Amino acid sequence: MTISPSSIEQVIPGQGAMAQPSAAPGRAKRRRFRFIANAKAATGLVILGVYCLFAVIGPWVAPHNPDARSGDVLQPPSTAHWFGTTHLGQDIFSQILVGARSVMVVGLIAGVLATILSILIGVTAGYLGGAADEGLSAMSNVFLVIPALPLIIIVTSIVEQASDTLVALIIGCTSWAWGARVLRAQTLSLRRRDYVEAARATGERTWRIILFEILPNLTAIIASGFVGTVIFAVMSEITLAFIGISSVSSWNWGTILFWAQGQQALAQGAWWWFVPAGLAIALLGTALALINFGIDEFVSPRLRSAGKTRIRTADGRTVRMRVGFTPVLAPSRPVPAPREEVAP
Amino acid sequence: MRFLLQRVAFYLFTAWAAITLNFFIPRLVPGDPVQSLISRNQGRISADAIESLRVLFGLDENENVWEQYLDYWRQLIHGDLGLSFTFFPAPVSTVIGDSLPWTVGLVGITTIISFLLGTALGVGAGWRRGSWVDGLLPATTFLSSIPYFWLGLVAIALFAGPGSFFPSSGGYEPGLVPAFDQYFIPSAIQHSILPAATILVSSMSGWILSMRNMMVTVSSEDYITVAHAKGLSERRVALSYAARNALLPNVSGFALSLGFIVGGTLLVEIVFSYPGLGYQLFQAVGAKDYPLMQGIFLIITISVLVANLLADVAYLLLDPRTRKS
Repeated sequence: MTISPSSIEQVIPGQGAMAQPSAAPGRAKRRRFRFIANAKAATGLVILGVYCLFAVIGPWVAPHNPDARSGDVLQPPSTAHWFGTTHLGQDIFSQILVGARSVMVVGLIAGVLATILSILIGVTAGYLGGAADEGLSAMSNVFLVIPALPLIIIVTSIVEQASDTLVALIIGCTSWAWGARVLRAQTLSLRRRDYVEAARATGERTWRIILFEILPNLTAIIASGFVGTVIFAVMSEITLAFIGISSVSSWNWGTILFWAQGQQALAQGAWWWFVPAGLAIALLGTALALINFGIDEFVSPRLRSAGKTRIRTADGRTVRMRVGFTPVLAPSRPVPAPREEVAP
Repeated sequence: MRFLLQRVAFYLFTAWAAITLNFFIPRLVPGDPVQSLISRNQGRISADAIESLRVLFGLDENENVWEQYLDYWRQLIHGDLGLSFTFFPAPVSTVIGDSLPWTVGLVGITTIISFLLGTALGVGAGWRRGSWVDGLLPATTFLSSIPYFWLGLVAIALFAGPGSFFPSSGGYEPGLVPAFDQYFIPSAIQHSILPAATILVSSMSGWILSMRNMMVTVSSEDYITVAHAKGLSERRVALSYAARNALLPNVSGFALSLGFIVGGTLLVEIVFSYPGLGYQLFQAVGAKDYPLMQGIFLIITISVLVANLLADVAYLLLDPRTRKS
């Protein structure tokens, strides 16, 4: 349930490492392709695409009704039931397929809500400065420090049988603080840049400067924050369903785990009951995290895994290359100066 | 010093915000939960206790919200968090007092170990960028994407069968009495190994990754080149120059994400039926025990604030610049 601290926010304080995505319109297209060409981001996007597809068509392609009981009680995976059956003979494969929609919808709604809130609060605080900044930053820091999950659990448990939408709204309202903090820091560094000053000097209105000068340069951070929130939202929703707080009548992967836990699937050796749901969650989380790495590496190229770092020199020795460090080789034969240098 | 005072002021403000939030949450509860408790325990509930619960839920019709708020604070300062519905008639503070040491022991210690170990591995991975270590990074991503509680379920299924060394639930052998003696301590440690390993496996990868990224960023700084040029040993440059500076953002990141981590680790307690706050919260939610839920939320928040303050002190010790001004 951690949002893995992405490198973006940690690079910000120094600002130096942040590449500024320059907004030259002619090159925009090529840059976008470069993001997809990143192997990590591409893998993540493909997996995410498959999940989205199942979220849409899952309920239609599911081979069985997820609620329908049958005589095949607690069957291990077979050709008739790919992921086996529950204690009531329900098909687990169908439950996973049908459950995908609820998971994706909650992730999306919560992600969008939290992103909008974080932009409103973070960018406003960073751009306006002064008392407004103090107040808004204090608010987002408070929300950041208060443990979100216990709060979500308590608020949801007060509402009887909370629906997916409500769960998404509660998660969205409590998880915007991280994004707001990161956006504020970056806005702070952007607002004194020359092009913003120029826009201000020509008499642009404040909202226009924020919308057309500042926001486009925050795209990568906003995207990374969105993906991070979706991970957190999905995990929280599944947790809520697993401990039986949100509605157990609709299917999501947490509900499957809830029934598996309640029916002692572990003690009965019914591994097929909880393994597929857990792997589905983990794979979705991995896909989203990979997309986030892609964004990080796109913004800060130094984070890319360096390709070949061991290089053979002409006289047959190997050198390990390192960023910011030019290896100086002592000559292997007693040759007088000039010394041999290998540029990176 | 000034830095520390600022932080303390901020944490006090946050504590106030959390308490105020805690004051308003039960006012959303539909119906009259206290009345149903009274009718269930006819005659066994004292007038004082009813009064304290009424203050907690804001059921005093004669007072406006402001007076209710003051009453709530008065009650809180006396350490009165109301009565637990499930463990009736035990007060919430006693129930929490029983489970807090378990959580602090399990979650506190494993979180610190995970941070230290993850950071150390991250230093190695960042310094040797481009070697085979980079190939392991996707695996750590996968591990950190697994929900803690699911990993706990798998760990129980794999390691905690009947006759296995690892018990699948509880915090100590059922026959023992909690005390610091040679019977209880080994039993408690034996019960905590599996939950601790679960938390460690899934929380460590985040630290490896963020430390690796900071190391990569720092190792291209000029002072690293200078250190190399001075002819210092590889080890010295990696640890005293690069890691020392890369550590600072990681420590502040640690402080910030404590809230997230604690939330996740509480779930491990639920899976292992470990007698800490997370399991208590789970039971309270199941039984609609609102005073206990509120009390646990308050205690968790305050613990996280204290942990944050400690992380700030660590930052202060690590970064001489904050001490100078």
